[in-house]
Amino acid sequence: MGILEVKNVNKRFGGLQALGDVNLSVAENSVHAIIGPNGAGKSTLLNVLIGKLIPDTGSVMFQGQSVLGRKPYEINQMGISRVFQTPEIFGDLSVLENMMIPIFARRDGVFRMHAYENSSNEREIVDQAETMLENLGLAEQRHDHSASMSRGNKRRLEIGMCLAQEPKLLLLDEPTAGMARADTNNTIDLLKQISDERDITIAIIEHDMHVVFSLAERITVLAQGSPLVEDTPENIKGHPKVREAYLGESA
Amino acid sequence: MFGLNKKDGLLFLVVIAITLLAPFLLNPFPEGSGMAQFNAGYPDLLQRFAIYGIFAIGFNILFGLTGYLSFGHAAFLGVGSYAAVWMFKLFTYNVVPAIAFAVIIAAIFSVLIGYISLRRSGIYFAILTLAFAQMSFALAYSVLSNPKFNLTNGETGLQVYSNDLQMFHRTGLPDMPHIFGLSVRASYELELGGWSFTFNVGYYLCALIMLIAFYFAIRLFRSPFGMMLRAIKSNNTRMTYTGLNAKPYALAAFVISGMYAGLAGGLLAAMDPLAGAERMFWTASGEVVLMTILGGAGTLIGPVLGAGLIKYMENIVSKINDNVLHQWFAFLPDGMEDAVVALIHPFVGKGWHLTLGMIFVLVVIFLPGGLVEGGQRIARLFRGKKAREAEKSSQSNPAE
Repeated sequence: MGILEVKNVNKRFGGLQALGDVNLSVAENSVHAIIGPNGAGKSTLLNVLIGKLIPDTGSVMFQGQSVLGRKPYEINQMGISRVFQTPEIFGDLSVLENMMIPIFARRDGVFRMHAYENSSNEREIVDQAETMLENLGLAEQRHDHSASMSRGNKRRLEIGMCLAQEPKLLLLDEPTAGMARADTNNTIDLLKQISDERDITIAIIEHDMHVVFSLAERITVLAQGSPLVEDTPENIKGHPKVREAYLGESA
Repeated sequence: MFGLNKKDGLLFLVVIAITLLAPFLLNPFPEGSGMAQFNAGYPDLLQRFAIYGIFAIGFNILFGLTGYLSFGHAAFLGVGSYAAVWMFKLFTYNVVPAIAFAVIIAAIFSVLIGYISLRRSGIYFAILTLAFAQMSFALAYSVLSNPKFNLTNGETGLQVYSNDLQMFHRTGLPDMPHIFGLSVRASYELELGGWSFTFNVGYYLCALIMLIAFYFAIRLFRSPFGMMLRAIKSNNTRMTYTGLNAKPYALAAFVISGMYAGLAGGLLAAMDPLAGAERMFWTASGEVVLMTILGGAGTLIGPVLGAGLIKYMENIVSKINDNVLHQWFAFLPDGMEDAVVALIHPFVGKGWHLTLGMIFVLVVIFLPGGLVEGGQRIARLFRGKKAREAEKSSQSNPAE
């Protein structure tokens, strides 16, 4: 039994079968990549996992509990965190404040009204946030506006914010899209370090094969809304069906 | 200081000093001098400064922090006024229960309106709040004012009559709003040379409440709750995917700012026991938006400055008529005098809105952060000058 079990999920948009009978099992503490050509249904699948879309049929279980019909913030509180294709951070806030918010969210849940305390007096939260920033190498920028950072640093911050909640499952949607090579490699190193050090499952959707083959322990290939094969990276590399899906050549 | 950091504590002290000394500071010109008409230190206007300051501080908690632009905040102001006058009519002229009741009623109203309006955001939220405020206006103006059930007294406005119940009113108490027997209209006049200063009970009540309201606003701005509100404005998506529900945060901010508006409405009624439907009209809602943006949305002191500026212009600039202008420019040759007066005429007196509009346009274009940004730029200019001078002297040293 994996930490995330997707069973017979179907999703139609009008005449388009975006997902057809998707079955997927992500093993606990593994790094699982989902790849596929454009329009294969990767993003639709991700949106189903985080509660943004509700599938027509099928079930999605996380640690034995269904995520379907729950609000995105409830799914997040269950232990699923998401990193977006374009980094979603609080651009108007300082880097430190960005880091404090998920730590508050972990401590206080979806809503708590403390309008009278001073946030800089919340020593425990500030300390945790500063430690996190040090680990990410962002300590020097902690009083900067987060919107003014480079894309690579925004990505680091976003991943850090997700980790600050200590999620069980981290979902990444093309985390290196639009990045320079150096930033891409930094992100790969960061993700490797995370998966080695933490008790965490990582599911990653990616175009860039370099990223996929450096990180993934298992790979699922999606094509036209259905999983084509699921195997280890070594076996995927030479798989004829995968070549066919990607390159359109008959093997 | 008061649990605030150094900068905020200093700001708060400055605000306390200015509010308490306002009857002096805003009366800089001696009585009878030509400039006396620019004096703003009379009780009626001072009370308005404080009351609209509260209104704008509250509005800024919603608009400045969460970015939700409410176009119907005057509804809560009006509801607060009606609630306070009803307390006067039924129970007592004491302002304490009246103001408390105004805040409670405004809170209930803002929960109802906020809960529905916050289902949408952006322009749709603004339109929903506007619609609710106009509905409240219509209710107050006509629907709830018929012979069978007269809650608001329609066009005339709700006021206290001598045959009202006033259960706890005794002889010996003033026949107007009072604080435990001390009438809000009681004043002490201080004559100093050519100057005359008026210290009014009503103003100091408003000022004290404004200071408390301001203090709570600072605490809220610096609290984790305030941080969450800024997070909503900054990125709602990340908020949701951080396991936080933005809705109760936004609703809490909406209700708090509605209560500030109710407090302001209650105080308006406490200074003058009259409540009319025009207080809920959409232009009144627009005014508080102007105040906040003019002063600087999202800043602590900005809304108070904006409220002060608008109320000053409404009461002072609007009084400059052609006679006054002719007096000012009497030194010019006749033809030129008439030309200058004709040129300025549209911008003063009844045309004060034109001046306000121009100031607003200039502020929004050149100082998007409002008057506060203007102040910061000037401060930076001075600091920059000092820094440059320091640099110069340090550079010249090695050469010597």
